Amino acid sequence: MKNFKILLNGIINENPTFVLLLGMCPTLGTTSSAINGMGMGLATMFVLICSNVVISALKNLIPDMVRIPAYVVIIASFVTLLQMVMQAYVPSLYKTLGIFIPLIVVNCILLGRAEAFASKNKPIPSFFDGLGIGLGFTMALTLLGMVREFLGTGKVFDLPVVPENYGMLIFVLAPGAFIALGYLIAIVNKLRKA
Amino acid sequence: MKKLQSSLVNMVLSLTLIVAVATGILAYVNQLTAGPIAEANKKALNDALKEVLVEGSQAGEPETYEMDGVSYKIYKADKDGQFAGAAVESSENGFGGALTVLVGFDKEGNIINYSVLNHAETPGLGSKSTFWFKKGEKGDITGKNPGTKALTVSKDGGEVEAITASTITSRAFLKAVNNAYAAYSGQHVDTSSGASQQKKEASAQVTTTNQ
Repeated sequence: MKNFKILLNGIINENPTFVLLLGMCPTLGTTSSAINGMGMGLATMFVLICSNVVISALKNLIPDMVRIPAYVVIIASFVTLLQMVMQAYVPSLYKTLGIFIPLIVVNCILLGRAEAFASKNKPIPSFFDGLGIGLGFTMALTLLGMVREFLGTGKVFDLPVVPENYGMLIFVLAPGAFIALGYLIAIVNKLRKA
Repeated sequence: MKKLQSSLVNMVLSLTLIVAVATGILAYVNQLTAGPIAEANKKALNDALKEVLVEGSQAGEPETYEMDGVSYKIYKADKDGQFAGAAVESSENGFGGALTVLVGFDKEGNIINYSVLNHAETPGLGSKSTFWFKKGEKGDITGKNPGTKALTVSKDGGEVEAITASTITSRAFLKAVNNAYAAYSGQHVDTSSGASQQKKEASAQVTTTNQ
């Protein structure tokens, strides 16, 4: 029950994108289409779960003064691992996501959760925290990607929704990311408080 | 277990241990995935080569060709023991980074097909270059010969329709194709003969550097 609460907390109350406003750089950069957003979210979730579990298991072995470099090494190792495995066994996915994968290292959600949760809790709650935050991040990125892809190209998940040649190109580009994200944050927070 | 104190010895030991374990795991996985990665890359290249070369021809090992300090990879193709064109790998700076394209030419230097190997163009805009210039599409370049007239977008007085809202990507793409042709014809002259080919190459180069 407690773990379930931690999971929900990550998805709703502490949604990294809409509530904590963490990891904005990959959020804005990778959500030009729904599939890219989802892929980035899932990849981040994998690294987040692994790093959360390992960091919370090792927390007593890591002296406070060197905890940041230690966390960064652990996170970077999982990202590199993920990158190599993806490149070897799912080259098509790697081709679309490839340039975004190394960005996960500098995603502050990972370091943020390591500091705020994993370094203070046991591995199992940390696992659920990683899962919850990861799912929250994935949903937010997919939603933002869908909105931008629909407004920008008239498609969702590459499937045409409205006839071709419709689309406000600005939503595929950077300014559209800010606009769409701003509105989504406003809507989500309105709903959350209601 | 109590938390380790931040003494120098503890810090050095703890960090060293973590880094050593991380390095070990990464080295092991790297060794494990090196084979499949190389295979996947080779397969992707072979698929691209098959797509852009004369049907039924066989590509050989790549030759490197230097031109203006840039090296191009040329994959010569044989069909029934005869020279049947080549595929040239050419790279140019696009809107978001390097745009690498593999262009297939027949013996006369006409473009058969192309395949974008790598790009970092804006999704939904410049990324359309992966199909925009193919046969039957709006900016069709197949069958054209950059030697008779360098390929340029209509905005620059050329014949190729640029990708909507992605002129920079289109220019970079066509420049890469023109350079590929120049490298191809230069290479062609070396192996067979033909002063006219060389002249064409020179003119192609001049027009490409003008852009």
